Amino acid sequence: MHAVTYLRPKSVSEAVQLYRTTPGCRPLAGGTDLMVMLHARTLRPEPRAVLDLWSLAELKGVRRTADSIEIGAAESYTGIIRSTAAQEFLPALVAAARTIGAAQIQNRGTLGGNLANASPAGDTLPVLLAYDATVVTDRRTIAIDRFFTGYRKTALESDELITAVRFPLDRRVAFRKVGTRAAQAISKMVMAVSVTPARIAIGSVAELPLRATRAERALGRGDVAAAVAAVADDIRPIDDVRSTAAYRRAVTQNILRELLDALARR
Amino acid sequence: MSVAFSVNGRHVRVDVSGSTRLLDALREDLRLTGTKEGCGEGECGACSVLIDGEVVNSCLIAAGQVEGCDVTTVEGLATNGALSLLQRAFIDHGAAQCGICTPGMLLAAHVLLQRTRRPNADDVREALAGNLCRCTGYTKIIEAVMSCTR
Repeated sequence: MHAVTYLRPKSVSEAVQLYRTTPGCRPLAGGTDLMVMLHARTLRPEPRAVLDLWSLAELKGVRRTADSIEIGAAESYTGIIRSTAAQEFLPALVAAARTIGAAQIQNRGTLGGNLANASPAGDTLPVLLAYDATVVTDRRTIAIDRFFTGYRKTALESDELITAVRFPLDRRVAFRKVGTRAAQAISKMVMAVSVTPARIAIGSVAELPLRATRAERALGRGDVAAAVAAVADDIRPIDDVRSTAAYRRAVTQNILRELLDALARR
Repeated sequence: MSVAFSVNGRHVRVDVSGSTRLLDALREDLRLTGTKEGCGEGECGACSVLIDGEVVNSCLIAAGQVEGCDVTTVEGLATNGALSLLQRAFIDHGAAQCGICTPGMLLAAHVLLQRTRRPNADDVREALAGNLCRCTGYTKIIEAVMSCTR
């Protein structure tokens, strides 16, 4: 049996200390991605230890501050869905959380895990981009548009832990996920859009969750038709087991038009 | 590593490695084989159990993560050998065929019935969305759960 040491720190500062000093250590929150890879032994390099952050009280909760909502990195999607503050100020995030897996996954999946995995198909990641969220770590804050640096690559340092995600209060964001089925489906395309400021963030259409910058410039000028045309060139979709590049381009344009219509009608 | 927790109201202690799944600790160490392994990837819900009353996939839980928690498996639904109303309804409605998904279906539906006074069929479908059945087409399962809401 492949031996992996299980570490359960009692505080974030102890977790950071252990993360820094334990070779081959991987942070573990809800386990919805990591446990699959750990069991199948598909992680390279193979972890020698897991650092369990799940039960750290400092990483839980949805808090309202004077000018933001702060969500603990290990708060579950269920916790976000049930939070009245999230329902009031971050309805697009609540909508995204409700589309992730089903109850079993929503009870364990976390924003910190979605960020750290940095999958191009991570369903909350376009939402975070559209809200201009801020990633809070044990040592600094990172603007979300600087967080993703490549395929499953992030701006995190090798011993840096995500502690929270901070959202502004004054945004109106619309969200839509397109999958094979309503629950338990990995996205073919996932999008979050804000009109003011112009933010068009899309997942599953490139090697990382991206902002459609040309389309955003057109939207900033109030030119919806130009934004819908431009978005097809902002994305870099591929053919894979879930969809085709051609379908992803078409559905991206259609959903962008639909979300902008919906935001205009509100 | 030694992990102490409660299963179906009984205190237990297992000695496992750090990456042992709760699923394997339940089946192999505690011989509670009612919990089934389906996909082993968190997609199918066959291994669903409750941790502190919330439904989770036990294939995605490191055994160490349940230290001090209350775990409920399908073996915990019956009382003194008498099946619960929900279990009885599954039998009466023919809601099980091969049976692999049944323990997880029961636990996910159990949580819904505990939490929602009068769930409708859509509530039942949503609550069971993470539990896949390849045999029944779901209709009998939903009917069985709905029969417990009346």
